[in-house]
Amino acid sequence: MSERILSVLVEDKPGVLARVSSTISRRGFNINSLSVGPTHIEGRSKMTIVTELDAVEQVKKQLNKLVNVIKIVELDPEMTIETEVLLLKVSINKDTQTSVIEKANLSSAKSVDVGQDYAIFEMTGSSKDLNKFEKLMKPFGIIEMVRGGRIAIQSNL
Amino acid sequence: MTKELITGAELIVRSLEHLNVSTVFGVPGGAILPAYDPLYDSPIRHILARHEQGAGHMAEGYAQATGELGVVIATSGPGATNLITPLANALMDSTPLLAITGQVASTAIGNDAFQEAYTVGLSMAATKHNYLITDASEIPQVLKEAKYIATSGRPGPVLVDVPKDILNQKTSWVEPKDLDLPGYKPTIEPNPKMIQQAASLIKSSKKPILYVGGGIIHSKSHKELYDLATSYNIPVVTTLMGRGAFPDGHELCLEMPGMHGNYTATTSIQDSDLLIAIGVRFDDRVTANPDFFAQNAKVIHADIDPAEIGKVREAQVPIVGDAKNVLIGLMEALKGSELDTASWINDLKEMKKNFPLSYDQKDDGPLKVPYVLEQLQNLTEEEAVVVSGVGQHQMWISQHWNFTEPNTWLNSGGLGTMGYSLPAAIGAQTAFPDKLVLALDGDGCFQMTCQELITASTENIPVKVVVFNNGNHGMVRQWQKIFYNSKFSASELTHHTPDYVKLAESMGAVGLRMTKKDDVKKIFTEMLNINDKPVLIDCVVDPDDMVFPMVPAGGSNDQVIMNKEDLKQL
Ligand SMILES: Cc1ncc(C[n+]2csc(CCOP(=O)(O)OP(=O)(O)O)c2C)c(N)n1
Ligand SMILES: [Mg+2]
Repeated sequence: MSERILSVLVEDKPGVLARVSSTISRRGFNINSLSVGPTHIEGRSKMTIVTELDAVEQVKKQLNKLVNVIKIVELDPEMTIETEVLLLKVSINKDTQTSVIEKANLSSAKSVDVGQDYAIFEMTGSSKDLNKFEKLMKPFGIIEMVRGGRIAIQSNL
Repeated sequence: MTKELITGAELIVRSLEHLNVSTVFGVPGGAILPAYDPLYDSPIRHILARHEQGAGHMAEGYAQATGELGVVIATSGPGATNLITPLANALMDSTPLLAITGQVASTAIGNDAFQEAYTVGLSMAATKHNYLITDASEIPQVLKEAKYIATSGRPGPVLVDVPKDILNQKTSWVEPKDLDLPGYKPTIEPNPKMIQQAASLIKSSKKPILYVGGGIIHSKSHKELYDLATSYNIPVVTTLMGRGAFPDGHELCLEMPGMHGNYTATTSIQDSDLLIAIGVRFDDRVTANPDFFAQNAKVIHADIDPAEIGKVREAQVPIVGDAKNVLIGLMEALKGSELDTASWINDLKEMKKNFPLSYDQKDDGPLKVPYVLEQLQNLTEEEAVVVSGVGQHQMWISQHWNFTEPNTWLNSGGLGTMGYSLPAAIGAQTAFPDKLVLALDGDGCFQMTCQELITASTENIPVKVVVFNNGNHGMVRQWQKIFYNSKFSASELTHHTPDYVKLAESMGAVGLRMTKKDDVKKIFTEMLNINDKPVLIDCVVDPDDMVFPMVPAGGSNDQVIMNKEDLKQL
């Protein structure tokens, strides 16, 4: 099954996130990723929802019924600029330090904090790139990892 | 000059008056008390129910009988949770409902205060939309929006939760603005291209069926439906929610299809080459297993809710719009054409003759519900409003009662809520004090909300209640007979407890009883002559009867079980 990305413009009203997520889960569908944030328009927020649905049409229609949902656009993967953010804390020691930092640099992750025995990297990019980076760091001992929801925007035709 | 200061509570009452609300149903309590104070002085009639579920169903019955908004008021916590069932019921059957609930003070919200429940969260999946008021000045605008959302598009329940401190907050009346709901714009007018495509399918169809439901009644388009069906000779099936949308007895009317529908209605869909589905949602009680449903038919599906189209069955011609506008559009687009449906109609007429609904009433045997219903209908001259519970009796009423007008058949179709009948009948009778309103209920259902008979007698609402007393959860018994080897686990109620006649009398109603064929006419005549009090008849009927025809859940509509003999094939 391939992923589908919905870009949902909503009114910035209390409970709107709960309404959207419960509408999706109520119909028995899973969400791979969901992120919400303000838009350049006052009182409007944008949600990016990533699912793996066959039934995405039905979900779109059900979401459209919500009074606070203004517009839903399904993004064409070919035309979509997508990004995700990651923060990763990894163990380091004298022996591994250089190698870790080198690998991070090559992955274009930014080191934001380095201590005696740990380093924290920040990275933005496609989910694939973030997955790759995680794999790369794994052998050194990941202490903690946080990833933000995926956000996406349609590029011009 | 300074503006007059009024409380949030007064704003609620004044807003309801502005919205032309004349009757509300409810139960008071701590958090909503401030609203009951100005309500006392308002011309709005308040009916005090004995349970918030009852109040909710009353508001539903009021709304379904009138086609207008029903309003219910409850307090916070248990008051609000008791409303969840009627809200879910109204959502399923698309009934326009406004629920106003009290909430603990906004400063206490989230602290597990006395009688606090998260009403907005609890009701989210049981309403079309809901609100928590955060400032009294919002009230006129929110109530105007709430009424609009509840009554427009696909109607449904809207809840407004109001914290107690906001009910007491002093502010001034703010005239509501024009509505601005950027995310809510129901499509009323259908796309003309789709109407043209539909018309051309209809023109070339030899075996069309108009498959219509509650949407016709909500859009008040029974006349337009009648015009279309009769102008082009298209037979009509009316779903459980659509009974009365097209008159029974008309030669084009095939009545109800589905699980307990009649043979011809169910089979006509299977044989059809074109379903013209309007204001229906291909419910599983109609389609049985959708893979076997109307396999030879193309589908035109018109609904005001785009989410219904393609949900169960792909439509060759999807039409989003109000049923009335769709019907008018189709009429226009078909102008001058003639359909060749004569032999189709003839086939169906034959089928009706060969596969009638039947029952077997012996002169000295136990009463059969269908017989009793026919006798009752024979005795009623005017068009009654018939309000049912859920179970065997519901199916028998839908099968055997002749519905000729919309809004005269009220039942809980989508949610199947036992306990709906009596309170909904009270709501309908409140709206139409001079109409004959019949609550035709099962004994199991009646016991779920029977205390509302007290509401009826204290408020002088002369509903007439017939309790079909088969001493059983009859529908459950029927399934246990067929699918569980007659192991009657927890479906027996007994004929004798309670004594329904005494129960009725103790609640201020007249209690009557019928047990045999000879009683029927006499007792019904007695009931119909009492108009100053609620009346209840304990109608003792055969405990062992079964509803046929039947298509088991998940089965194929090609295999309609007509009687006990057919059951052996299962
Ligand atoms: C609130 C609720 N609980 C349980 C059910 C399941 N149920 C469906 S029909 C039925 C029996 C109804 O009994 P009764 O009112 O006596 O009607 P009858 O079938 O005997 O005519 C039951 C328990 C339901 N529909 N609603
Ligand atoms: Mg019963």
